[in-house]
Amino acid sequence: MPVDRSLRKVMVIGSGPIIIGQAAEFDYSGTQACRSLKEEGLEVTLINSNPATIMTDPETADHIYIEPLTVEFAERVIAREKPDGLLPTLGGQTGLNLATEIALRGILEKHNVRLLGTPLSAIQAAEDRERFRDLMREIGEPVPESWIVESAGELRKVAEIAPYPVIVRPAYTLGGTGGGVAHNPEELILIGERGLQLSMRHQILVERSLIGWKEIEYEVMRDGADNAIVVCNMENLDPMGVHTGDSIVAAPSQTLTDFEYQLLRTASLKIIRSLGIQGGCNVQLALNPNGSDYFIIEVNPRVSRSSALASKATGYPIARIAAKIAIGMTLDEIRNPITHTSAAFEPALDYVVVKIPRFPFDKFPTGDRRLGTQMKATGEVMAMDRTFEGALMKAVRGLEVGVSDLRYLKAGRMSPMELENAVQTPSDERLFFVAEAFRRSWLVEEVQGLSNIDPWFLQKIRNLIEMERALLSQSESLRKLFLGEMNLFAEETIALLRRAKEMNFPDRFFATITGLPELKVREARKRAAIVPAYKMVDTCAGEFEAFTPYFYSTYHGSHDRPAPEKPRKALVLGSGPIRIGQGIEFDYSAVHAARALKKSDCYAIILNNNPETVSTDFDISDALYFDPVTLEDVLNLLEYETGESRDWREIGVIVQFGGQTAINLARSLQGAGATILGTTPDAIDLAEDRDQFERLLSELQIPKPPGRAVTNLDQALAVAEQIGYPVLARPSYVLGGRAMEIARSRAELESYWSSAVLAMPGAPVLVDRYVEGQEAEVDVIGDGERFLIPGIMEHIERAGIHSGDSMTVIPPQTLSESVQRKIIDYSLRVARAMKLNGMMNIQYVLEGDEAYMIEVNPRASRTVPYLSKVTGTPMVEWAVKAQLGIPLSDTAPVIQAYSGRQPIAVKAPVFSALKLAQVEVALGPEMKSTGEVMGIDWTYPAALYKAILGSGIGIPRKGSALFTLADQDKPEGVRLAAEFHKRGFRLFATRGTARAFQRAGIPVIELPKIGHGSPDLLTYVVEKRVQLLINTPSADRRAELEALQIRRASVESGIPCLTSLDTARALLMAMDAQEELECLPMTEFTRGITPSRV
Amino acid sequence: MNAHLVLMDGSVFSGESIGAPGHTDGELVFNTGMTGYQEVLTDPSYAGQIVLMTYPLVGNYGLNTEDHESVRSQVAGFVVREACDTPSNWRARHALHDYLAQNKVVAIAGIDTRALTLKVREHGVLMGTLTTDETPEDALHRLQNAPAYDDQDFVYRVTTPAPYKWGRYGMEPFDAPDTGYARRVAILDCGVKWNIPRRLATLGIRSYVLPALTPANEILDLDPDGILLSPGPGDPARLQRVVDTIRELIGKKPIAGICLGHQLLCRALGAETFKMKFGHRGCNQPVKHLPTGKVTITSQNHGYAVEPESVRQAGLEITHLNLNDNTVEGVANPDLRLMTLQYHPEAAPGPWDSRPFFDQFLKMTD
Repeated sequence: MPVDRSLRKVMVIGSGPIIIGQAAEFDYSGTQACRSLKEEGLEVTLINSNPATIMTDPETADHIYIEPLTVEFAERVIAREKPDGLLPTLGGQTGLNLATEIALRGILEKHNVRLLGTPLSAIQAAEDRERFRDLMREIGEPVPESWIVESAGELRKVAEIAPYPVIVRPAYTLGGTGGGVAHNPEELILIGERGLQLSMRHQILVERSLIGWKEIEYEVMRDGADNAIVVCNMENLDPMGVHTGDSIVAAPSQTLTDFEYQLLRTASLKIIRSLGIQGGCNVQLALNPNGSDYFIIEVNPRVSRSSALASKATGYPIARIAAKIAIGMTLDEIRNPITHTSAAFEPALDYVVVKIPRFPFDKFPTGDRRLGTQMKATGEVMAMDRTFEGALMKAVRGLEVGVSDLRYLKAGRMSPMELENAVQTPSDERLFFVAEAFRRSWLVEEVQGLSNIDPWFLQKIRNLIEMERALLSQSESLRKLFLGEMNLFAEETIALLRRAKEMNFPDRFFATITGLPELKVREARKRAAIVPAYKMVDTCAGEFEAFTPYFYSTYHGSHDRPAPEKPRKALVLGSGPIRIGQGIEFDYSAVHAARALKKSDCYAIILNNNPETVSTDFDISDALYFDPVTLEDVLNLLEYETGESRDWREIGVIVQFGGQTAINLARSLQGAGATILGTTPDAIDLAEDRDQFERLLSELQIPKPPGRAVTNLDQALAVAEQIGYPVLARPSYVLGGRAMEIARSRAELESYWSSAVLAMPGAPVLVDRYVEGQEAEVDVIGDGERFLIPGIMEHIERAGIHSGDSMTVIPPQTLSESVQRKIIDYSLRVARAMKLNGMMNIQYVLEGDEAYMIEVNPRASRTVPYLSKVTGTPMVEWAVKAQLGIPLSDTAPVIQAYSGRQPIAVKAPVFSALKLAQVEVALGPEMKSTGEVMGIDWTYPAALYKAILGSGIGIPRKGSALFTLADQDKPEGVRLAAEFHKRGFRLFATRGTARAFQRAGIPVIELPKIGHGSPDLLTYVVEKRVQLLINTPSADRRAELEALQIRRASVESGIPCLTSLDTARALLMAMDAQEELECLPMTEFTRGITPSRV
Repeated sequence: MNAHLVLMDGSVFSGESIGAPGHTDGELVFNTGMTGYQEVLTDPSYAGQIVLMTYPLVGNYGLNTEDHESVRSQVAGFVVREACDTPSNWRARHALHDYLAQNKVVAIAGIDTRALTLKVREHGVLMGTLTTDETPEDALHRLQNAPAYDDQDFVYRVTTPAPYKWGRYGMEPFDAPDTGYARRVAILDCGVKWNIPRRLATLGIRSYVLPALTPANEILDLDPDGILLSPGPGDPARLQRVVDTIRELIGKKPIAGICLGHQLLCRALGAETFKMKFGHRGCNQPVKHLPTGKVTITSQNHGYAVEPESVRQAGLEITHLNLNDNTVEGVANPDLRLMTLQYHPEAAPGPWDSRPFFDQFLKMTD
């Protein structure tokens, strides 16, 4: 069927902020879908609260609403835009839940909007466990024994009869939140009760555990004419029991016979037919490793993280095709944009794909690293090669977790008993423990017995360790080879090197085992003619000519084709896996960098290894390389793209738009002779090297908080005495505030030193006076001579909270004219001194009328998408053009400023604390948020309201608030409490805080400390007798232990927990907003911008 | 041991021998299926061909005793990027190496199979030789004097020497009783895959598997409810005797044709066949059923196809078309009770989506 012509305008719901279980993949799929709809001549309306998305760019959709994803706001958008159809299956679970609610409340009927794609009944049948099971029984597909539990009483009954171990899964949550494995009735009751609380439906599923069975996924598509295909199947290396988002995954399946493959394929297609899916769908199955029986585990009736992975793994654009199906087209009418043949086919791979998840435990040292049914990963890397070993090694070195191969310090230090345990327990580190087991010559059967991992995968890991052993034993010959010295066995050594490179042992590995510089290894390797070939991802294993320049490297064989000759090429380095501190914002920048290159007639090349991203969509760049972002891979790529006849240094490398991943490569790339576009690596060091930075500031007479870089504890203590406590201590090279802490006393500084610093020996540590003022930041664009500051961003929380975790507002609401002038003046001084070419970000802390410069990031920062959207400035485009040598003054218009009405935009952080048991939730100098939302409106309270609501905090208008404050916060806390009281809130507090309130004449109920009465403080939180918790962390460690428990309890009970008084004040202000909220497209909000020349 | 794959155009790919020593000639073809190498190795349609698997890891799940498609390995040679010597699957009985060596298949691993695939795609299929016991120069010289694939008759080499039966217990002697079967079908074996009689058996059908040169009258004497023309290797234009037999059968019994069987039936009614550039071999070919517009993903293995215009002139309705290249994938003539498919409804390897073909055939025999 052709496109349904009764459709003219379609509304798409985005997935909102990035949280664990719902990451950048929905920007990828949403963006692709919007473009796919526009391609068919439809007008697209979009609602998404996340500004850091390509999806919310003016190019992606026609009417963009950056508004909270709530029924109220969605209805306002519907009422204003009057779309003909709503596409619900592209915005992850958030979008699907919202669409379901809109539909159930009759809003679609009221406004005459059709639900497109998969019908609501199918969504409900797939999402509601009981209906799903009934349907499966009806069509004869096996589902594991299970019970739906909706009350504590039922839970107790099931606990008596369940076949342990059992798995607990709450209904209607994200990424399996609140689930777990119970081995006995006690555990079942504990996990089950928490699950009941977390479920939107107050419903959990208890089911037979299939731990040890193979976990297989099928990504399937079906159109309205009942044509159904499989795009890709995947096999989890970690067997059943680990959430698929946390598993290492291979595509296609590796250990299934054709019979097994077809058995599960047939089941998957039968299921989507019986559900009536119209679009993409994910089916998860468990297969008995010792028989042909299987169970259906789960169906996701929408595009998902797995479908993004499948798209990147095969080249088949699932979201794009799903969108076309939703508007009435059939698979046979849709063309595969890669081969220009029909989209009704099943991709054939001629390479192996490995995905490894990226976990946030570097940020959360107290977090529980064991993996189960609750997803914990923030991101992932994907790697392709022609061998499994090669793909695995590429994925490992692309993870950026401080390893470049399977050697892992911690594993080597384990006792046999500890190792046995570590191999048995699924965790983010288990791959390395399994490798260690083979290093200690354990047998495949032994490791399989402990881990349940299929022997096929284990054998591959063992092969890698065998190779590692061989290389270590030959390190002397290798060293000679690399040094070009005479060697009797040169040929054998070269053959060994070649085999190792085919398994993708990185050059860096050889550098470490021979003690030589990596570039020396590289030279010798090239002399031996061991260089990678670039192969195309073409969906069809070479059967048809493909037109998509999507490549991966392999150290075996020949190039598919020579790189095309182009007058000018540039390479944009991507930001790798999504992690806390380096999120989707950096992919936003990379995408815009590639687009800017294309606009400037420069052949745009992207290198990245994150399958969830828009930057790795095949039509963003002119050539996409899906490989790790490391020195070796960048140099290989540059040499290949240059071709034989030219100098590889002709291709400029753009390092400013891939976060810290890319900027960290600047120095070594320059050392290897590469051409870095924009700000020179020397100037980058001015910002990144603390000593140079301090010298620069004093030369430029820019104030900074007093402090110094030190290398030992004695020095640190001396500096602290001199400048006075509190001090801010941190290693000089930091990402997202890692290992940063405020020390309020000598004892705290000593404790910091022993915990954080000793983990990174040798690195200088900065000890600065901790200025407790307000913070502000700017992004600066420059062409080396002229500079531009699109806007000043004011942080709502005071210093001491990582800038990525602060709420931020544009334009500034409380900064004086003179402070703003100083910020601009100081920023320009630095820009001039660094000859900024491209972009940088500068952070300030304010005290009185002074602005102290605390940090310069010589690259695009996480605020770029937010600032770009609110100021209407194509920041990345202008910065990239400057790097190509186009003066800013030519990039007209040079200034965009509001001459008309100016909106206020608040950015608020979003946390995934719920997913990570045992992690601290209080804000501090270490970044903890995984995503962000934006609230934009004409007034500050309204913008705050939208931002806070969008971030998932229901704004309580009445009820009870519980205060437990640190001493230093009490005076201010009293004033806040009075405000809450005035609004009719009932106040509860712990003893000290209550006393302070009483002295000020504020009525308050004192609650006993944990364990000092019944009901105690904790009971109030757990039983949700309060609607809000305001708890500020204190320096008193004992009080903090209790506070930590309360904060975790609030997170797990779904009660907003505010740990900064500034956030609480913002919330109060937001409560006043309600009447004045406007729901407008971004073009309306930014209408007042007028371009002008300076 | 080293092995070389030498092609007619003089190109040489050197790798490691993973099968029997010696040398073998054949037409180099590629198969894009990601699973199913056991079924491919034992599929008689690959007789005379050196089969390259485009998926780089082959042998992962070994070979088992149940998934054979004929009594022995059938390919002329086998080419993979990497062969797994430690297979993992609960049914695995042999590693790939062992199976190849035991079945005297010359095979090579460790070569750039994608580069080879692209070569075949550009150039079309071409003759090659796999050798472990010659220099590439000697092998090329020998190859240049060897008979071309198109000039050889493979059906007569792969067809069963004597008739046998197939039923719910598998293969049985020809004198086994037919009690308990609702229908009896004669399969003219030009290189049948066992999954065809297996599928028929699940529908309660007794199969008589007959040698390719069985005369029409002998087939009719058996009075089957229907006749199935099997798949098989080689150029259908060389099989005039079989075509003549089929012509005698048309109209007398319901006839189904699969792959080569489809081509032969078309030829029997006067249609023409032609050799494709590199054929269709894999598990992902989309085929549209014209009467309903529905698309099915199919398992395919053919290097020849029927010429569409001549099919229409032969009084056959084109029922199925390939969505990639519009080649004919199935024809029918309800009046003559004829139905054919160019692709493999029996799968093995490949999708099971076309199993209803056998039900339709059963219905046609009513």
